[in-house]
Amino acid sequence: MVKRFFERFYVGLILLFLYAPIIILIILSFNGSKSRAKWGGFTLKWYKALFQNQSIMNALYATLIIAILSAFIATIIGTAAAIAINSMKKTPRTIMVAITNIPMLNADIVTGISLMLLFVALKYTLGFSSVLISHITFNIPYVILSVMPKLKQLNPHTYEAALDLGASPVYAFFKVILPDIFPGVLTGFFLAFTLSLDDFVITHFTKGPEIHTLSTKIYTEVRKGIKPEIYALSTLMFVTVLLLLIIINRKNAEKKEPDKKV
Amino acid sequence: MKIRNALNVKTPKPPSQKNEGSSLGIRNVKWLSFPYILWMVGFIIIPLIVILYYGLTTDDKSFTLDNIGAILHPINLKALRIALEQSLISTLICLLLAYPLAMILSKSKMKSNSFIVMIIILPMWMNFLLRTIAWQNLLERTGIINIVLKFFGLPILNIINTPKAIILGMVYNFLPFMVLPIYNVLIKIDKDIINAARDLGANSVQTFLKIILPLSLPGVVSGITMVFVPSLTTFVISNILGGSKIVLIGNVIEQQFRIGNWHIGSGLSLVLMIFILISMAVLSKYDKESEGSGLW
Repeated sequence: MVKRFFERFYVGLILLFLYAPIIILIILSFNGSKSRAKWGGFTLKWYKALFQNQSIMNALYATLIIAILSAFIATIIGTAAAIAINSMKKTPRTIMVAITNIPMLNADIVTGISLMLLFVALKYTLGFSSVLISHITFNIPYVILSVMPKLKQLNPHTYEAALDLGASPVYAFFKVILPDIFPGVLTGFFLAFTLSLDDFVITHFTKGPEIHTLSTKIYTEVRKGIKPEIYALSTLMFVTVLLLLIIINRKNAEKKEPDKKV
Repeated sequence: MKIRNALNVKTPKPPSQKNEGSSLGIRNVKWLSFPYILWMVGFIIIPLIVILYYGLTTDDKSFTLDNIGAILHPINLKALRIALEQSLISTLICLLLAYPLAMILSKSKMKSNSFIVMIIILPMWMNFLLRTIAWQNLLERTGIINIVLKFFGLPILNIINTPKAIILGMVYNFLPFMVLPIYNVLIKIDKDIINAARDLGANSVQTFLKIILPLSLPGVVSGITMVFVPSLTTFVISNILGGSKIVLIGNVIEQQFRIGNWHIGSGLSLVLMIFILISMAVLSKYDKESEGSGLW
């Protein structure tokens, strides 16, 4: 019993550690005072001001568009690559996996700098598209690693059966393989989306002066003080994700329930 | 590695498919990897060659080792030393915090693993710069932690703008990357092996040291790499929580690029990459089989 209590206490402590800054940020979004240091009464004005602040909204749009596009493109390229890698012989497969590991294990700062140097060497203007390319680059490996385990669990005979029954390879892929690996594809997509949303370092080096994502916008404000609208925005984003996750979890639980009774 | 062998005996591998080319039943799908190969050559391999080129040349395109030698400059050497110290300490703290947590979570009766993973990943949805800035609020002399400490009559904590605050920021930001790989390995350990050890008379400490710890080593190793590399190379956390007094190697590199010294910046990045390569080599030694799937 004592051990149980201690374990729960420990998990609670770590969760407090992980979530304390988030609680602070949510509280700050309701703070009437512009300063972080003192409490100026409860207010909703930052939430109203947020939607009128064009530069923050522009940064939000840029962030979301880059996250969605990069996750989507990375998912397509990554899923295709995972299928191909899975069918390779041992040596080429090892080489491919090693290359896939590079951007995951390499430091963000080195990846960012190397991409920036490439763009500059090619005289490619830094801006929206260079950030997008960079995000796709660091996202693809995560998609591959999410899809690979699902491909390994796949029963090869269902695909062959589909072909024997007269399905074209493309039709068989969409009807037989894709549904089986879809959870992995989806995980890869969300992982890529999240990583793109949260990235600062690589964007910092590859973005050029023209555009801002939320991260780089926040970074420029670290010294002069963060605008409270940013707290409001991140609170909204966090709560949205939280609600989505709760809904998904509920649905999954409902789905699982009948299985158990059987 | 006897236990590994025991594991293999217990769970015989499915008959290996000899014709690996058709393990999926799909032949001729190699072309599917062409976009990926092109992309990776274009945006991973070539950029690394470009950084190598910049690191080994001067402005007038002649070969030099001075940019790499710049690491020997006392300021840069100190920055590297502090970064190494801080990242090693924070990796160790992460490991000590994460291992018990992963063990408790892996034993919990939670039905869905994805829920636990979500709880650990969820903080990432609040921008990481903002979360780090929030620690300023928590740590300040008049911050919340000190108010609580004062309330209980405890001595106040004064660590903002010191190396300790940077270590805290590193542990905070990278702890999930230590918890998840270890958790993922622990939940895959066959309960029968643990029960067998207990049946054969091992006490819980022995079971842990002889069974659980060796089997979880791949997760520990990938966790260490995933915490060590970003801690070693960060410039943001030291910027926000260390004031401007503490300079890490990441800060030096970022500064060099900001003021336009691309060659020296690249040279120092190459030095940094040596450390990254070492940790990658260590990781691949332990991570041969899983092909990275242990990471998530």
